[in-house]
Amino acid sequence: MYGNDVIDPNEPLNAAETADYDAALADGQEAEHRPGDGGGFEALIAADQRIEPRDDMPEKYRQTLIRQIAQHAHSEIIGMQPEGNWITRAPSLRRKAILIAKVQDEAGHGLYLYSAAETLGIDRQELLERLHDGRQKYSSIFNYPTLTWADCGAIGWLVDGAAIMNQVPLCRCSYGPYARAMIRVCKEESFHQRQGFEILWNLMRGTEGQQAMAQDAANRWWWPALAMFGPPDTGEAAKGGHTEQSMAWGIKRFSNDDLRQKFVDMMVPQAEKLGIVLPDPELRWNEERGHYDFGEIDWDEFWQVLRGDGPCNAERIEHRRRAHDDGAWVREAANAYAAKQATRTKESAA
Amino acid sequence: MSGGSDAVAPSSERSWPLWEVFVRGKRGLSHVHVGSLHAPDAELALRNARDVYTRRQEGVSLWVVRADDITASSPDEKDSFFDPAADKIYRHPTFYDVPEDVEYL
Amino acid sequence: MTDVNQPHQPQAAPAAATASSVPTADYLVGLADDALVYAQRLAEWMTNAPQIEEDMALGNISLDLLGQARALYPYAGSLDGTGRLEDDFAMVRDERQWRNVHLVEQERGDFADEMARLLWFSAYQVELHTRLAGSSDDVVAGVAAKAIKEVRYHLDHATLWVCRLGDGTDESQRRMQAALERVAPYVAELFADDDASVLAAASGFGVLPSALEEPVTRRVHDVLSEATLRAPDAPSWRSRGGREGVHSRPMGYLLAELQHIARSHPGATW
Repeated sequence: MYGNDVIDPNEPLNAAETADYDAALADGQEAEHRPGDGGGFEALIAADQRIEPRDDMPEKYRQTLIRQIAQHAHSEIIGMQPEGNWITRAPSLRRKAILIAKVQDEAGHGLYLYSAAETLGIDRQELLERLHDGRQKYSSIFNYPTLTWADCGAIGWLVDGAAIMNQVPLCRCSYGPYARAMIRVCKEESFHQRQGFEILWNLMRGTEGQQAMAQDAANRWWWPALAMFGPPDTGEAAKGGHTEQSMAWGIKRFSNDDLRQKFVDMMVPQAEKLGIVLPDPELRWNEERGHYDFGEIDWDEFWQVLRGDGPCNAERIEHRRRAHDDGAWVREAANAYAAKQATRTKESAA
Repeated sequence: MSGGSDAVAPSSERSWPLWEVFVRGKRGLSHVHVGSLHAPDAELALRNARDVYTRRQEGVSLWVVRADDITASSPDEKDSFFDPAADKIYRHPTFYDVPEDVEYL
Repeated sequence: MTDVNQPHQPQAAPAAATASSVPTADYLVGLADDALVYAQRLAEWMTNAPQIEEDMALGNISLDLLGQARALYPYAGSLDGTGRLEDDFAMVRDERQWRNVHLVEQERGDFADEMARLLWFSAYQVELHTRLAGSSDDVVAGVAAKAIKEVRYHLDHATLWVCRLGDGTDESQRRMQAALERVAPYVAELFADDDASVLAAASGFGVLPSALEEPVTRRVHDVLSEATLRAPDAPSWRSRGGREGVHSRPMGYLLAELQHIARSHPGATW
């Protein structure tokens, strides 16, 4: 479709639009039907069946899931900020509407995920406290600033694209509420990824200034997007990491490296269609492997940013905390009103 | 923790109580559990549920129920007997406020 | 949700878009500008609301208002003969060509301030659109009929919150009462008859603003008494001039944010 005037709506742009998603859905539906006698945690995992909130589970499994689901939820909420930053400045009313809807969807995803985490016996307030004081993290990709309008396109195209690549396998996660939340989230996010691609498509076919804007955004977001999949975890790197245990428990289905490779393979042709040059001179098709070779990720930078030395870390948390603290009097008022109403109901019933 | 129709005064420092949301789609025959949210009272819970779970006009009928008010059966029960008064939907003990200095319960 | 994905080819704005000689178009631009400017302010609450659920609710209201504006602008452009489309109105006009009331351009305050503003504005929109649904113009009637459902929900939302804040804690009541005082000077302008509205109402195309004052005020005061709040005394000054393009200090900044990117790339599509 290179050189055509339109984006083919039938050609998959992200993992949620591929057969992988349909397969994950089908697997998921099968996993919902458990044999009548359950059989306990190990048996369910071995049979690739779902674990539900009232089932017995190892404490470590529960804690791992709470942490993973909560951090996923925090990522959605924090992720509202870099794009929310551009709502008032969107260059057309249509883009403004799309962006508001996208940021709303992210809030909604956060809520679905907090819901899923709460089924494991923890309160949302507690999770937010852990986010605010740094005990729990969010995806480090959101520690980078959105400097231009084109960044909104790059985030949709690359960051949502990478997120979806991670999330499609999670639709088959062993924990029921998480898997079901993922099915919902993936569907909505695939729309956002398409919108991001469309923003860049229009920019690349626009003025010189717009093209430069798009290329610049891709230059800044490509490597952080690759790092989203997490550190190398195959071969030597696999020993003793989280990946092994998470895979055994059906929480993780593919390694970081596998997902990263799938992502690169999907994005390179899209970059070509866009006319964007990805900022990696070592990027080339390897006929033997059947995949794209790509350059080394700067893991030092990744760990630095994750640990707090990124351009926006402090700002993201401070913004979140401030909204929460500023809203305390509102939440208290709502509680007080509910209590008064409850008393009045009792009195009038007496 | 009292349940049923006796209203419990929610504390102001904790978050709003948890509500479970059930949606019946336009062509649906029954309400399906879609997730949960926090709200201080039923009216706001319903409004919030509309905003969060029917943004795409997915549902026609919405139910919100306080999580506290739901009594659940245990999937492990093999006997015909089960205690309807006992079980809440979340089994794990740390759902309730446990003092931090108590190591083991 | 409205037609977010409608394809759009903007034309260049006419060189000098003066105060239009077509009053019905001007009247519609006033309504559209109210909606767009308020949508812009409400969208600022995203990531800043007291609870995530409220980020979503205010986002919904913003989207509804944005949709109303997007429905009205192109029709106004066809009525005034310029053929202008939505972004020609939104991204290219200078401040003196905007016809919104001062109420919607004010900077955000605290949550009580926003609920006070939303209460008055949505009550006004409910009464407005209920009557506008009977417009002599089919397009306008259609837009109004759709808007009624949305703005009733907005009024409902504001009512729920004003009650909770008014009858919640001492602090929330204090803040809500103060918010009502702060918003009071901006209310009268909603009901001020300007030339375009008078002409539009005369032909049955539009609704006379002054006709809305009594029903809207009654609605709002009913909510205030339920919320154990006092209706403020008549304010010592009142905002004016919005419908003629004379705005207040915040409007310039609002337009700068709204238009900067589009205006930096003249003629570009996005």
